[in-house]
Amino acid sequence: MESLSAVMYQVFGSLINLDGPGHYVHWGFIQISVANIVVIGLMVVVFVAAILIPFRRRERGDR
Amino acid sequence: MTIDTGTPPDLGVAADGSAGLPEDAGQLTAKLRNAALEALPPERMMPDRQPAYVASWIYVFGVITVAALAVVIVTGMVLSVMGPTWWHLSSTGLFVNSLHMWSVEIFFFAMIIHLWGKFFMAAWRGRRRATWITGVVSFVVSVGAAFTGYLSQQNFDSQWISTQAKDGINSTGAGAIFNVTNFGQMLMWHIMLLPLVVVLLVGIHVLLVRRRGVVPPFALPDRSAEQVPTTVGSAPVTANETITNEVTP
Repeated sequence: MESLSAVMYQVFGSLINLDGPGHYVHWGFIQISVANIVVIGLMVVVFVAAILIPFRRRERGDR
Repeated sequence: MTIDTGTPPDLGVAADGSAGLPEDAGQLTAKLRNAALEALPPERMMPDRQPAYVASWIYVFGVITVAALAVVIVTGMVLSVMGPTWWHLSSTGLFVNSLHMWSVEIFFFAMIIHLWGKFFMAAWRGRRRATWITGVVSFVVSVGAAFTGYLSQQNFDSQWISTQAKDGINSTGAGAIFNVTNFGQMLMWHIMLLPLVVVLLVGIHVLLVRRRGVVPPFALPDRSAEQVPTTVGSAPVTANETITNEVTP
């Protein structure tokens, strides 16, 4: 278990280094962290995908 | 002497929930039972079918929100039982602590998409105002629950957030009774008061969704509902299915 967590730490730690101050975007009086922008962007993407991607319906004969 | 415990006693209630004897109809239990059956009929609380227009991914995010809330509550209970030393120092405690935090992330993520979807559907139509309002208020209370959760982390992050937030809270005048630098008070709000309100509101919200049904889509302009073919998901359905609130046959 310890070795697995060490491997996961190495893999994700090398991809995303969170050991430091956060990054922020300034636009006039608006200040927002890059992390929050990413989450909001993901929500927009999932929202659009939820509308566009067809939902599989069972055929009437199966019900 | 033998006592027959296999036959249930006659409680004087008819199969349809009404009072079995006329003189019992005025009792408080009979009135409450009738009111509950009228407001929350079992066939609407636990339906077997949903309208055809519900066959879309956008309708999934409400139940994802409720599922995430269930994980939040269960992991929060485990954290309460085991205590701070466990969730700070043991690997299992850190794992459950992370489950608690990430389920909150999923909770808000799904709830925002649910909110967007219902806003653009104008989901307050058709006597569904109370459903909309309980959703909005539960969202606001959830923000407070998450905020007090950040203040209860017992680390530098919570210290930073509390000292930054105190000026904002104090400027509203609420700081006199809601002191964000008071750890004990914030913890009690986080694990007792706010979860109670959130669960209560979400419960009422879900019951209202069941009672009123899922809001139907807007009818297409210029053409009558019966003439407009449309599709929901990958399978064609008639527009009549999309604009009524009846279950599919």
